[in-house]
Amino acid sequence: MGKITGAQMLIRCLKAEGVEVIFGFPGGVVIPIYDALFDSDLRHILVRHEQGAAHAADGYARVTGKTGVCLATSGPGATNLITGIANAYMDSIPIVAITGQVATHLIGTDAFQEADITGITAPITKHNYLIKDIKELPEIIKEAFCIASTGRPGPVLIDIPVDISKALIDENIKAGYDLKGYKPTYKGNPKQIIQAVKKIYESKKPVIFAGGGIISSGASEALAKFARDAQIPVITSLMGKGSFPETDVLSLGMAGMHGTKYANLTFTQADLIIGIGVRFDDRITGKLSEFARNAEVIHVDIDPAEISKNVRVDIPIVGDAKSVLIDIASRYESMVKEKGAAVKKDWIKTVMDLKKTCPLKYGRESESLKPAYIVEKIYELTQGDAIICTEVGQNQMWTAQYYRFTKPRTLVTSGGLGAMGFGLPAAIGAKTGCPDKMVIDIAGDGSIQMNVQELATAVINKIPVKIMILNNGYLGMVRQWQEFFWNKRYSHTNIHESVDFVKLAEAYGARGFRVKDKKDVEDTIKKALEIDNVVMVDFWVEREENVYPMVPAGSPISEMFDCD
Amino acid sequence: MSANHIISVLVENKAGVLAKISGLFSRRGFNIESLAVGPTDDESTSRITLVVKAETHSMEQVVKQLYKLINVLKIQELDPANIVERELVLVKVNADSSTRAEILEIANIFRANIVDVAKKSLVIEITGTSRKISGIEEMLKSYGILELVRTGKVAINRGSKQ
Repeated sequence: MGKITGAQMLIRCLKAEGVEVIFGFPGGVVIPIYDALFDSDLRHILVRHEQGAAHAADGYARVTGKTGVCLATSGPGATNLITGIANAYMDSIPIVAITGQVATHLIGTDAFQEADITGITAPITKHNYLIKDIKELPEIIKEAFCIASTGRPGPVLIDIPVDISKALIDENIKAGYDLKGYKPTYKGNPKQIIQAVKKIYESKKPVIFAGGGIISSGASEALAKFARDAQIPVITSLMGKGSFPETDVLSLGMAGMHGTKYANLTFTQADLIIGIGVRFDDRITGKLSEFARNAEVIHVDIDPAEISKNVRVDIPIVGDAKSVLIDIASRYESMVKEKGAAVKKDWIKTVMDLKKTCPLKYGRESESLKPAYIVEKIYELTQGDAIICTEVGQNQMWTAQYYRFTKPRTLVTSGGLGAMGFGLPAAIGAKTGCPDKMVIDIAGDGSIQMNVQELATAVINKIPVKIMILNNGYLGMVRQWQEFFWNKRYSHTNIHESVDFVKLAEAYGARGFRVKDKKDVEDTIKKALEIDNVVMVDFWVEREENVYPMVPAGSPISEMFDCD
Repeated sequence: MSANHIISVLVENKAGVLAKISGLFSRRGFNIESLAVGPTDDESTSRITLVVKAETHSMEQVVKQLYKLINVLKIQELDPANIVERELVLVKVNADSSTRAEILEIANIFRANIVDVAKKSLVIEITGTSRKISGIEEMLKSYGILELVRTGKVAINRGSKQ
């Protein structure tokens, strides 16, 4: 019988799981794995910082729906992955992070580059493993991919000591596994579904609240069909953007702190909220005790722990969004056949009036260069067909407000964790997964500098992502809070002209452009989209532009303030 | 309203499981009052018995979070009215020739065992409910307790009465 090393077995197992690409960075204890990669046709993209690898794996997973993989060495390599892992955990993104570990006999001795990464990542992984016996390796890889990608998806970490990578194992070993404590519920309870359908039919003012769960379960079509058949308006969370076409008349966009006023007012007036694959987090609900006080709540989620965690739920349904939506839709249809169409015309009219009377607005006619204007132009020029990544802060909110997402897996953004520096490496991962798609990172001048070293990764690996920096010379979202709530005391948020982004782009072998004038926006974006290289455009936008509307933290979402 | 909850958790007997469970409690802001762990009749599983002070709603949330741990197989919240519960305590108490007889008398009343005798001390083993243990502890205090070790609570549902 042939023997191969643990590292070779790892590569085999990854390929057996359908892995096409790994984002990683080598180091001492992963040399055996890199040596095995040297002989393998498994694609490896060398990043410039391990955080970039984790975010790239995450971006890849978000756009493809497959599990992303990142690889780092022990100690600092592993700890550099942490922000990326936490980010995937908060947004329920399937990634498998593989870390090297010091040799088994050195574990616990504070050896060089040793870190207890399974201990450190326990709160931010769905599950993690430290492989202590080579024989366990094949089954652990299988389990890890199963856990990451099923149920509520999330990151799984596998820590592999260097002696395990070097040890020999029978190449024909058969890996079976039995996850006794892991049985996600996919099918919704029929009794609960019948109750929900009845409630939906009888409600006068229902609204669907769609989240990232719709996207990860592939339920967008089912959602669109049900919403249109039943004529129920749809609000999304940030993570739910793209789950329902924002060009549809029933779409109310995103609710919450920087959501549309009409979505927030619809929540406040609704008598029934049908939450699907959402967590009702604080950025959506505002002051919890005031949230949707007139509404009963149906909550569909695959994770039982999400039900009644934040809002009290009247009809909980544990299950997969797609499966439950299909069941609800078919029973609803039967009910309509039996009893006639449910009349909700007055409500639809109310909602449409809200949409008309309180639209999103900014100084569109202004001479000065407004960030929202740039996002609108990007939307127009890509015809809404690009994959849009964002950094975190004002850039992210303007993108969420002014780019209209019509398809799932087209917005790649750090929702729960709000990790600055996510956008560029995520864009690299996204473009790797969808090479035929235009991939754009809408960035801020603060965020982009957090992982700007990944320009090298993009250029060298010919991953032509486009970076549009809405450069206001501030850490803009914090500055906005300082303006509103801290008497304009701009403590450490002014980063004006900290770097020449055009020169920076060129230094990395990318193309760089600067736009200071509104009239140059369109041509420059066009040019950027046409060039077959990484392009960075530095838009000098109006410095103290704010994101409106805004609900102050802790206020009810009906109390928004808007620009004049 | 905060109350003590007794949670019995059946887990896979694997390295790191206890750390994952206790970590989950601390990170969600719960203080574990008592903890006992040991293998069950099936050596691939262990039973963890926890006593946690929490409000009912937060307890439900933490149980749901516990279920999400891959190595957790089953969780039961035990109803104090329908269980047999025990703790075990070893107490080393001052005892010389003048007090030894009195202490032995107390130990007898509580059906405790003397497991070590020395010139100036006794070690007493007591098994029972928390109340019983607090009772004997109170009685022994006046003699001077040199050392006291107490296990976490273990509990089991009573059998069906039908």
